[in-house]
Amino acid sequence: MHMSDALVSPAVGGVMWAATSGLTALAARRLERADDDRRVPLMGVLGAFVFAAQMVNFAIPGTGSSGHLGGGLLLAILLGPGAAFLAMASVLAVQALFFADGGLLALGCNVFNLGFFTCFVAYPLLYRPLAGARPGPGRLVLASTVAAAAGLLLGALGVVLETSLSGISTLSPGTFAALMLPVHLVIGLVEGLVTAAVVLAVRRARPEVLAPASAPARNLRPLVLGLAAAAALLGTAGAWFASTRPDGLEWSVARASGGQPAAAPESRLHALLARVQRATALLPDYGFPGRAAAPAPAWPAPSAGASLSGLVGGLVVLSCSTAAGLGLRALRRRRASR
Amino acid sequence: MGRIEATLAHLGSLDELARRDSSATRLDPRVKLVATLAFVAVVASFGRLELARLAPLALYPLALAALGDVPWRPLLLRLALAAPFALGVAAFEPFLDRAPAVTLGTLAISGGLVAFATILAKFALTLGAGLLLVATTGFDEVCVALRRLALPRAVVAQLMLTYRYLFVLAEEAARLVRARALRAPEGRRLSLSGAGTLLGQLLLRALARAERIHVAMRCRGFDGRLPVRRAWRLGPGDAAFAAATLLLLLAARAADLPALVGGAITGALR
Repeated sequence: MHMSDALVSPAVGGVMWAATSGLTALAARRLERADDDRRVPLMGVLGAFVFAAQMVNFAIPGTGSSGHLGGGLLLAILLGPGAAFLAMASVLAVQALFFADGGLLALGCNVFNLGFFTCFVAYPLLYRPLAGARPGPGRLVLASTVAAAAGLLLGALGVVLETSLSGISTLSPGTFAALMLPVHLVIGLVEGLVTAAVVLAVRRARPEVLAPASAPARNLRPLVLGLAAAAALLGTAGAWFASTRPDGLEWSVARASGGQPAAAPESRLHALLARVQRATALLPDYGFPGRAAAPAPAWPAPSAGASLSGLVGGLVVLSCSTAAGLGLRALRRRRASR
Repeated sequence: MGRIEATLAHLGSLDELARRDSSATRLDPRVKLVATLAFVAVVASFGRLELARLAPLALYPLALAALGDVPWRPLLLRLALAAPFALGVAAFEPFLDRAPAVTLGTLAISGGLVAFATILAKFALTLGAGLLLVATTGFDEVCVALRRLALPRAVVAQLMLTYRYLFVLAEEAARLVRARALRAPEGRRLSLSGAGTLLGQLLLRALARAERIHVAMRCRGFDGRLPVRRAWRLGPGDAAFAAATLLLLLAARAADLPALVGGAITGALR
């Protein structure tokens, strides 16, 4: 469920980068204050462990397909939420850079979806209360399946929300959620079962390894701060875009009346936002999903002349770029061989 | 060679490219990192139908690959491997948006098709830029650059150590999987509870290794921070690269170059 750069708008990507950076800084500061130098290699090796564990495929019972461990909940159980969040973030960063899983702009979204919900929501709010201090096998399985499924479902909802706010895909949020949620419920249940199986296997072999964490992680500040930051920022981004396109109500009114939308009440805030947006040209004009009634903003009137010149120009510029790149390469080769 | 070993070779080869000496590897890692992030943001800033305006931006990865003399095959291979997810979401576009967006003579192209192509182009550009960053810089240098750009110490240490031990632990995993496969009757697939035991074993080995690494680090005077050796100074090459990237990004963002060029050409033909 890695989101890719191609589906994220810079506004949403930037907002999620900001939320993730805030959480990362908070977790890092707390770890540095604890000043436990044993933690440094332990976290690094466990990050690498998650990476390696994701390469081991196993059969999912009842289906023909196979799956692998995600690892977020397991890390939270072993390291506590803050350190687990950092470890997940670094695993996702390495995957983005080396395997092109997700991408740099979407990294903030991915860390938030896969790290925040599992480490700061599902682990402290579901796993710990359900598992208690020294859970038996049954309770452990229950706690980890519930927590893993909840974490993954929240993450999948995050994907749906971020994709639709980005406005790049035309897929409606409802359809997208209907596709994503059942799949991630199953993945979450399997994740919980495997997590419990790993914890049980380790406990059988070396019970002392999983001694209850020294400092009980009862601190909910990251959770509250993270949720508040994401909600506020996403809300701002949503309002920002809403100001540039007819909202659902206006749009359906326009559809129902079969004509131009009623003149939108042009508040001073709207005008200001629009002006700010024109000034910061980095924010694109997005098409309204199902924009039959709205004017297509980006590639406007489908007039033959304009589109032909767009196509010709695109091809010419693209071939110029390619030629420049290839020329540069040939030049360097010749200089190197001399 | 098993699947895990193949993935590892694949992973190491990209970093290996950065050890060579070229104009691109000599550039300051901080400059390349910031340029990559800016490039990704600008590519993402174009709307879902603005396919043509992405064309000039192709110059950045092409020029960086040329400066670094990076071979095409490994880059294209990685893009192809990562493509399914972008394709999966983009594939809905042609069905959902059938309104014509572009007409060429009598041929009308639907907005969905244009959006489909735009998503794929953005995917190739942004991921290509990220892969090129690693292939011309190397992961350790990227981490040091992050530290220089004031990322917290704990985060940078985490990134460096995860990457460093990834190879060790993935090989460990490959050994476990191979040992199981040799003993598994009729090549039966790993079951869910079997995965628990196997991964538990891997986890125990990882924890034991972390303990040994910690002792070894303490022996060498580790005090909780990873030292950074190299001093970097921004040179004229860095300034030129930064200026050229900035110019390209600003030009692509501010002016519709393809429309200008295309308008001029079709106007002259008429």
